[in-house]
Amino acid sequence: MKKTLRNNQLILSLIAVLASFFVAIIVMLLTRLNPLHFFVALIRTFSGYDILRGNFNPRYIGEFIQTSLPLILTGLSVGFAFRTGMFNIGAEGQVIMGSLGAVTVGILFDLPFYIHLPLAILAAAVFGALWAAIPGILKAKFGVHEVVVTIMLNYTALYFNAYILKLLPGSDNQKTVDIATSALLRSDFLRSITANSRMHWGFVVVIIAIIAFRFIIDRTTFGYELRAVGFNPSAAEYSGIKVQSRIVYAMIISGAFAGLAGAMLSLGTFDYGRVLYHFENYGFDGISVALLGGNTGLGILLSGVLFGILKSSQTMMQSLGIPLEIVNIVSGLIILFVAMQYGIQALLRRLSKRKEREDGSI
Amino acid sequence: MDQFSSMFVLALNYATPIIIASLGGLYSERSGIVNIGIEGIMLVGAFVAAAFVPIFENQFGSATPWMAIFLATVAGGIYSLIHAYISIDLGGNQTVSGTALNMLSVGVTVYFCQIIFHQQRTQAFRNGFIKQTIPVLSDIPILGKLFFTRIYPTFFIALFIVFLTWFVVSKTRFGLRLRACGEHPSAVDSMGVSVRKIRYIGVILSGLLSGLAGGIMVLTQSTQFTAFSIHGVGFIAIAALIFGQWHPIGVLGAGFFFGFSQIFSIYSADFALLKSVPKEFFNMLPYLLTIIAILLFSRKSVGPKAAGQPYDISKR
Repeated sequence: MKKTLRNNQLILSLIAVLASFFVAIIVMLLTRLNPLHFFVALIRTFSGYDILRGNFNPRYIGEFIQTSLPLILTGLSVGFAFRTGMFNIGAEGQVIMGSLGAVTVGILFDLPFYIHLPLAILAAAVFGALWAAIPGILKAKFGVHEVVVTIMLNYTALYFNAYILKLLPGSDNQKTVDIATSALLRSDFLRSITANSRMHWGFVVVIIAIIAFRFIIDRTTFGYELRAVGFNPSAAEYSGIKVQSRIVYAMIISGAFAGLAGAMLSLGTFDYGRVLYHFENYGFDGISVALLGGNTGLGILLSGVLFGILKSSQTMMQSLGIPLEIVNIVSGLIILFVAMQYGIQALLRRLSKRKEREDGSI
Repeated sequence: MDQFSSMFVLALNYATPIIIASLGGLYSERSGIVNIGIEGIMLVGAFVAAAFVPIFENQFGSATPWMAIFLATVAGGIYSLIHAYISIDLGGNQTVSGTALNMLSVGVTVYFCQIIFHQQRTQAFRNGFIKQTIPVLSDIPILGKLFFTRIYPTFFIALFIVFLTWFVVSKTRFGLRLRACGEHPSAVDSMGVSVRKIRYIGVILSGLLSGLAGGIMVLTQSTQFTAFSIHGVGFIAIAALIFGQWHPIGVLGAGFFFGFSQIFSIYSADFALLKSVPKEFFNMLPYLLTIIAILLFSRKSVGPKAAGQPYDISKR
């Protein structure tokens, strides 16, 4: 039973991706652009191989992996919340807070790297976790729905981050000073094998996060309780699970994943904190990643890589004459088709139930 | 006084799209469908309006913005059909579907900016809405200065829709059915009224109004469309709906309130008392206040009971 469900998910996700690509091709054809360029850019981003010119550049591979890292983490964040029956639209804000934590520790402290780097990463996870604890506590204590609270906290985080970053010593209105090298995920080795891409050690953090995700959900009593709350809170409560505290813990873990994504960005991709007044959509993309990946560790890894390829191919799309927003259209369509899938699945279930009932009455 | 009245008028200007989009949300949520995609629908409306004006302003002159917001309204209505289909016919997750609308809107609008204008924004327009001073009414002491001097005519559209919505929702048969759909859909169904139809109307109305709000916003607050033209006002509209307790008059008050809180950051430098407060705090204010409001009202939940749940006829 479980096996067929998983296969179903894989097929449904593939359909969603193919359908989105199909619609995107139609959009490109209608606007008189050559969809082949879209695929040339995707293949080059993924493999480093340029079909048009026949040369190979490993830099693209390093770049797409580097772009995937925060997306996989926000996918884990949203997916973890989904598994426990909650919709964490707040990953966006938790990423920002995580990044703030990492930047603050990275700039204010002067420590040897084996303490500084783990401390900066830990600060990111803690900041993200605390920010996510707010909607968790409000839901557990006051029954307030997490969706609206997390949306509001996204904007609060955006402005709070800008305010604090500008307070740090040496900051101007756009960015902070460079983070101490001892706190950076930067790797000269990884850069050199990928022709000077921004590839960094963050992938180790991501691998550990995926293992932790699977372990907590599938192998611990705690994870079992969380899933039980997600399936049916009343039944979980009746069987003696402390539903309210589980809601808070689930949000804390979810927020920690998103916070780590913030560390990838500020300690890995960039080497400084950025004062931003608009979202970069890593958290929102995490919703697509989680849904497409069926909220499982492996699924999120695969869909995170897919979204990483899409996101990192944007510059090349533009240079090949295709508006880079085609990528946003594709990711929007994917989540749209996934939303439909849930509906279609429910519809199929209902039909089969009705059929059973009719068969029974005869 | 002059400074206060100009601040007040600016606040009304900022409140206008918040109020209209929030009323859109009211129709949808009252019918039982949560519409978190208001932000995205507004973006589509803003794009359609801001793309129409520079292309046609030489032809239609001062009538152009009015035609533009009409088209923005229609576009918003059409775009919202996606949400209606997924959440009503397919019984899909309404929050996921709304999020999809938001994400898709950024891609689609800026993509077509690039196709039509060859840049990531629309061409700047000259004929946005013009501030007007209304004769006779503007001579009324105090009120004349606050409401009728150098004000965008679109504010009165918002005011009109508030009272129309109040009338429709609380005084008509349709309004009764709409509210019933959000509270107790099976009761509506058992009376022989189609829940599906009422909910479709609710969502489409929310699309029409959000599209209108987006069009008005870009034609009164900017000179061109960019991906950041709506910058979270759609979510503030949802906040205003909660703050206003799902009631049109409450929404009007909440809209004023959030309009004021938006202009605080612009004017804070002019007041000695506010000068020391960083502008980011004023930016945060609407969102923090919304969370506080939700907390205050959480004890007596007044939102539509069935909002967010697909109506499953077999569970009746």
